[in-house]
Amino acid sequence: MVKMTVNGVERTHEGDPSMPLLWFLRDEAQLTGTKYGCGMSLCGACTVHMDGQAVRSCTMPVAAVAGKAITTIEGVGTDKVGKAVQTAWREHDVVQCGYCQSGQIMSAIALLQSNATPSDADIDTAMNGNVCRCATYVRIRSAIHSAARALKA
Amino acid sequence: MYLTRRFAAQPLLPAGLLPAPVPLSRRGFLQGAGGLVLGVSFMPLAAADDPAIPGDAGSGVAPETTIEPQAFVHIGTDGRVTVYAKHLEMGQGSYTGLATLVAEELDADWSQVRVEGAPADAKRYANTLLGVQGTGGSTAMANAHRQMREAGAAARAMLVAAAAQRWGVPAGQITVDNGRVLHAPSKHNVGFGELAEDAAKQPVPRTLTLKTPDAFRLIGKTTPRRVDSAGKTDGSAQFTQDVQLPDMLVAVVAHPPRFGATPKSFDAAKAKAIDGVVDVLEYEGGHGRFGGVAVLSRNTWIAKQGRDALTVEWDESKAMKDGSDALMARFRTLADSAGTVARQSGDADAALAKADKRIEADYEFPYLAHASMEPMNCVVSLGERSCEIWNGEQFQTIDQAGAAALLGLQPEQVVIHQLYAGGSFGRRANPHADFVLEAVSIAKAARKQGHKGPVKLVWTREEDTRAGYYRPMALHRVRAAIGKDGRPAAWHHRVVTESIMAGTPFAEFGIRDGIDSSSLEGVIEPYEIPNLYLDLHSPDTGVPVQWWRSVGHTHTGYVTEVVVDELAYAAGQDPVAYRRKLLKDHPRHLAVLELAAAKAGWDTPLKAAAGEKRGRGVAVVKSFNSYVAEVAEVTVKADGSLKVDRVVCAVDCGLAINPDVIRAQMEGGIGFGLAAMLHSQVTLKDGVVEQSNFHNYPMLRIGEMPQVEVHIVASAEPPTGVGEPGTPPLAPAVANAIFAATAKRIRRLPLGDQLKA
Ligand code: FES
Ligand code: FES
Repeated sequence: MVKMTVNGVERTHEGDPSMPLLWFLRDEAQLTGTKYGCGMSLCGACTVHMDGQAVRSCTMPVAAVAGKAITTIEGVGTDKVGKAVQTAWREHDVVQCGYCQSGQIMSAIALLQSNATPSDADIDTAMNGNVCRCATYVRIRSAIHSAARALKA
Repeated sequence: MYLTRRFAAQPLLPAGLLPAPVPLSRRGFLQGAGGLVLGVSFMPLAAADDPAIPGDAGSGVAPETTIEPQAFVHIGTDGRVTVYAKHLEMGQGSYTGLATLVAEELDADWSQVRVEGAPADAKRYANTLLGVQGTGGSTAMANAHRQMREAGAAARAMLVAAAAQRWGVPAGQITVDNGRVLHAPSKHNVGFGELAEDAAKQPVPRTLTLKTPDAFRLIGKTTPRRVDSAGKTDGSAQFTQDVQLPDMLVAVVAHPPRFGATPKSFDAAKAKAIDGVVDVLEYEGGHGRFGGVAVLSRNTWIAKQGRDALTVEWDESKAMKDGSDALMARFRTLADSAGTVARQSGDADAALAKADKRIEADYEFPYLAHASMEPMNCVVSLGERSCEIWNGEQFQTIDQAGAAALLGLQPEQVVIHQLYAGGSFGRRANPHADFVLEAVSIAKAARKQGHKGPVKLVWTREEDTRAGYYRPMALHRVRAAIGKDGRPAAWHHRVVTESIMAGTPFAEFGIRDGIDSSSLEGVIEPYEIPNLYLDLHSPDTGVPVQWWRSVGHTHTGYVTEVVVDELAYAAGQDPVAYRRKLLKDHPRHLAVLELAAAKAGWDTPLKAAAGEKRGRGVAVVKSFNSYVAEVAEVTVKADGSLKVDRVVCAVDCGLAINPDVIRAQMEGGIGFGLAAMLHSQVTLKDGVVEQSNFHNYPMLRIGEMPQVEVHIVASAEPPTGVGEPGTPPLAPAVANAIFAATAKRIRRLPLGDQLKA
């Protein structure tokens, strides 16, 4: 049995502890905002925060999150940085198909939490693990800069 | 939440779920379509525009209409405006575009507008340019703009009529503004919601006046933001992958390793021993789709564990066992002999023989996977005499008819719930309904085993990459020459590529005299060549092929624009100046060329750092009736690594409905084209696809994304599409920029390490 909190709510997983966190979130906790794209830490669609750090939930066994605080896209709206990033994403209409965007937003929030004024190069490095097949990258860059500005204001 | 039936309550509807059939629109809705509804009104795109529609962006008095506004728009008593989208939203902005058109004529308050996917209905929701309910060929705005505006205008007129009746004032004195209906003399001012029920009882007007462009508040403005932004930024948007239903089982499948193989026997003991695996079953394949073995579980990962524990023996007696190298070698041999002649004028061979400046080359293109971020999936729930499907549906009525045929039902007994698609790029518009029918087939087998609940088929990334339906491999062999004046004098062009439409319901209309129009679309166009010869070989390879964002233009645009560039250099002329001369009589091509070149600063030389080479390249491609020019700027480092620094794009897509969506589609189309240019190829070894996931089928990443600037040509022509046209010019523009920087011609895609050699 593995206990953790997800978006502040205590959760227990009773099944196979080697199940990746992604599938616990999606199929057991019914939090489907976190997406499956590759299952191999190659695309970032499954990005969530574990104790504030961006991690790929598709390769993170539930056992490894015992006692940790997990935040998913469903839980970021109440956080200051999370809210700023979501707002910037909407102002720039970043999304196209949207499937990658939960992961993009989770990575962007983690970036801004550690670097309040990222340069384009910082953004490219921090976001390199998040694939967007629709190639919304131009707007991802602008939205991150906007969110950074909004948070400083 | 997704169980909620759409169309549950519609105050604009007199009664019932959907109104009884009414006379169909003059725009050629499909009549009495049963079974596969293809072919009733398939028209080539060029001939698609209805002559009854003025070319001035569709304003003015509409001829007598038979629009059913209630099929497209619903006004709630709470004032909410719901637009029913007959097209799939897969990222291209169709929901926003359709809603903009309705809201414009309705004078709705944009913040009150919502969009829902319409159900499958071949009559009511056909794409008037494709003849089926479907989304493709960048036709959503082109086929629906008039229809959506008429729906909005009709609903507005009904609100006005209801208000006139209630207040006892002349309708002509009533105005509508931003979701409110007003009568100034009597100071009446109410929201749409208050009139919704009365408006539903009004007769649908038969003549409508549409706005002239100067009255637009939403069309062409940046105010209408995307309707799907909120749900796609808080995790609430529903994709097929996200469907959770009571008693639902997830199916993860073992596909045969080679196309054409079938399961012979399997050992499920290990899979069944896994805690949580509910069942393992074989399911039938069929025309254009796999059969295989499915592992069922409530949890996707457990189903995958089970699938990985299976041992399956395959019957490969009919399997395709070629490698892609051998197939390309076969293509080259084929190119040594004449194919089916598609165009011919003058005498290309004779002109080539006496020309003194000639170019001659082969251009090679690999198979490409669509690789949408959401791998293919589909949810099916079967009843005794019913079938419900939840899917990001790109070909509603083809999938509906296919499912009905497989189950022995009538198409109307197959109910489809439309969801967002996490990308598609053509993949979800499979003419064989491959993965949809695979899901139906699994649900059928599961039901036989007593599993009555819904089944969600989920392909892992590996199945998605290896299941075929690729952009076909292609070889172009070109010989071209310039005359003394430097202009192209002769062009001999042979294409070898598999037909996409052969063996599909589209063949009847898409293949004429042995020529699949999608194999050659756009090639050599719009250039006028006095001595021209074009032919085509369409070999059958056994590898499933399909349209991939911009279809034939992915290779025809590349070859045409690289060859023209080669001819410009052969003539000693600047590539923009050269094209300017050749495009003299093609004003829309010329306008995008001039705009892109001017905005890119074409005449200002690029500065290169020591050890680096820089270059600019241009390409102009018309596809799906939209005109796009792109100028790419590249840097090639001493080690041969390439960076595309900047792309300047000019687009003419007729009336710009949502300029920001157009910009987004150009940006996305450029990134998509660049991924293919730099990295993408599906290869086969002994019939087995060698790629499986993003490590060996790499995607474009943010660091590779150039700076992109998009400029839209102001136009009052009828709107055309933007989902695909941004892609074709990108690769030739980059290839031409590479040539400008390094004098090296790229004639084989992807680029890979070619600059490092
Ligand atoms: S699904 Fe986890 S990185 Fe792709
Ligand atoms: S928005 Fe479609 S994959 Fe990123």
